[in-house]
Amino acid sequence: MSHALQVQGLTKRYGQLTALDDVGFQADPGELVALLGPNGAGKTTLLSILAGAQQADAGTVQPDRRLIGWAPQQPALYSKLTVAENLAFFARLEGVPDVEAAVAGMLEQTGLAERAREQVGRLSGGNRQRVNVAIGLIGAPAVLVLDEPTASLDPAQRERLWLFLAGLARAGRTVLFSTHNPSEAQRHATRALVLDRGRLLFDGTPGLLVERSGLGGGDLEQALVAFLAAAGEQDAQSQ
Amino acid sequence: MTWLLRKDLLILARSRLLVALLVLYPVAIALLIGFAISRGPSRPRVAIVDETAPGETVQVGSSRVEVARYARRLFSEVDAVEVASRGQAVHDISSGDVLAAVVIPPDIAAKVSSGTGQGQLELIYNGDALEQSLVQSQLRSALAQANLGFSEQIQRAAAQAIEVLLKGGNLGVLGAPEDLVGLNRIPGLLREVIAHTPAGPQRDALVQVQAFADFAAQNLSLSKRVLATVGQPIEVHSVLLHGRRTPLDAFAVVVAVSVSVMFLAVLLAAGGLALEREENALARLIRGLLSRQRLLAGKGLLAGVCSFLVGLAMLAGVGAFVPLDWGRSPLWLAALAAGAAGFAALGLAIGALAREVRAASLLGILLSLPLALLALVPAGAVGHGFYDVIQVVSFVFPFKAALQALDAAVNDSSPAMGLPVVHLLVLVAAFGALASAGLRREV
Repeated sequence: MSHALQVQGLTKRYGQLTALDDVGFQADPGELVALLGPNGAGKTTLLSILAGAQQADAGTVQPDRRLIGWAPQQPALYSKLTVAENLAFFARLEGVPDVEAAVAGMLEQTGLAERAREQVGRLSGGNRQRVNVAIGLIGAPAVLVLDEPTASLDPAQRERLWLFLAGLARAGRTVLFSTHNPSEAQRHATRALVLDRGRLLFDGTPGLLVERSGLGGGDLEQALVAFLAAAGEQDAQSQ
Repeated sequence: MTWLLRKDLLILARSRLLVALLVLYPVAIALLIGFAISRGPSRPRVAIVDETAPGETVQVGSSRVEVARYARRLFSEVDAVEVASRGQAVHDISSGDVLAAVVIPPDIAAKVSSGTGQGQLELIYNGDALEQSLVQSQLRSALAQANLGFSEQIQRAAAQAIEVLLKGGNLGVLGAPEDLVGLNRIPGLLREVIAHTPAGPQRDALVQVQAFADFAAQNLSLSKRVLATVGQPIEVHSVLLHGRRTPLDAFAVVVAVSVSVMFLAVLLAAGGLALEREENALARLIRGLLSRQRLLAGKGLLAGVCSFLVGLAMLAGVGAFVPLDWGRSPLWLAALAAGAAGFAALGLAIGALAREVRAASLLGILLSLPLALLALVPAGAVGHGFYDVIQVVSFVFPFKAALQALDAAVNDSSPAMGLPVVHLLVLVAAFGALASAGLRREV
């Protein structure tokens, strides 16, 4: 079976700091993959490289970056343009053949049809994030990467977004998202990746991460903390 | 790129206050600078206390030179306010009603007439250092002019007296004979007398007198020319090395248009590019949807075209009041286009470095305004070393080159348009490369 996303040997350095160190993984169609890790682990750098917003120093990403949809952490939208104008602008840049149909379909899919003529600057944070995700999807990519998509949303908005993303996965899209909230990963992700100091430490299901943590059950947040602590100790011993 | 331009125009159309500011601010600044350049310094208000008797004159030979006539010439350089007394003048200075006072003493005519001493004026002034400097410099210049006029008048009177001495006639001086024999006629008269005088000591003495009269006539004639030289020993002959002389009004128009084009292009390009970063859209755009070069070209094109059109409209509008050579309008277009491109490239470099529109705008203003003012500093107005620094700064930024190109296009001034246009194109490439490098920073 061919993978929807294949990452090999990704390395990125900022001067002396290694942000990503030989990171590699695959994701299949229909998977909802959570990217976990502490601040500074390299999550945003990894997603930016997958999206083509940054260049890696080494490594490869398949498919081509233009076939990967991207919703950055801060909504990347023009606040003076309406929702529909934002979608149409990016659809044209993506080379979408029927822009009007794509915009109408995306407005319908994201529940933004009623807000289509509103300027984005007047929308709530939740709706801005929905437009942000919608723009990531406007080119109908096979893979969607989202950087902390629920960071600025209230619980109801978060729930709606997860339903939407789950629907995308069910439709065969591969969704990779970063989050600081392990419980979201436990509830919604089919797979979890743990990144720490630029290295990929874990690739498996959330249940497996709980097992590996040695806590013998409990929630993913506690398991992640224990897992990272154990990894830190191992590092210290090996040095 | 078409969609990028359409999107930016749509955003501009929805930012009416910003657009109004973008157009009005540079036009206002440009008009102020143009107005300041095209007008001379204002005349300081000066009180005049004339203590001389009305109609008092100085006798020079047969002529009488009126003191008040030259006093008026002195005061034509200032906004003169006549006051009755020195005390009143001091009061007016203290109250700030006038900046200075000039007192013409009652004995000035007597002193000048005596030829033993100079006439003296009293200058009383107040105000800050700048005002003091202005009053001193204007009155010194006016006094030099008045002295020159006075001296010319004296020289003319003296030359007239010499003429009468040489040719004979009426000297016009009280007590002088009415029909003087001219010095020029004396050698001839003496020759006739000598011819009829027998040889001897009397004839020898007459020959000596005739030789003296010859010598005196020749040298007195020469002294007329000497007097003319003393009256105005140095005369200015102006030679313009390159091009033709630019009228101050036409130059002010060029400055005003250049400043407007600069502000509009720099602020639009810098703001437009910084907006992409501020809205977090830059990373999304350059991840493969749009190359950095196309993004820069789109932003630069919009800024360049908008500023070009505003510059053209200003030239056309001002042309209704200031005589401009419309036959050169194709050159205007080329110079405006090159200038707008240079300024837009500078704006792109600023926009690529800034993270917010406000920071980019502030940086654009902070950089552009001093650059424009520096480029207008004439050689000799500042120290040699500082002027060299100004020259270098003006060379690496587009304002001076744009000003020269437009001045050459509009006024046929020197240097010719080609060199500044090439200079601008080099700056476009340099600032474009800088902007491209700036966009490569972490997004």
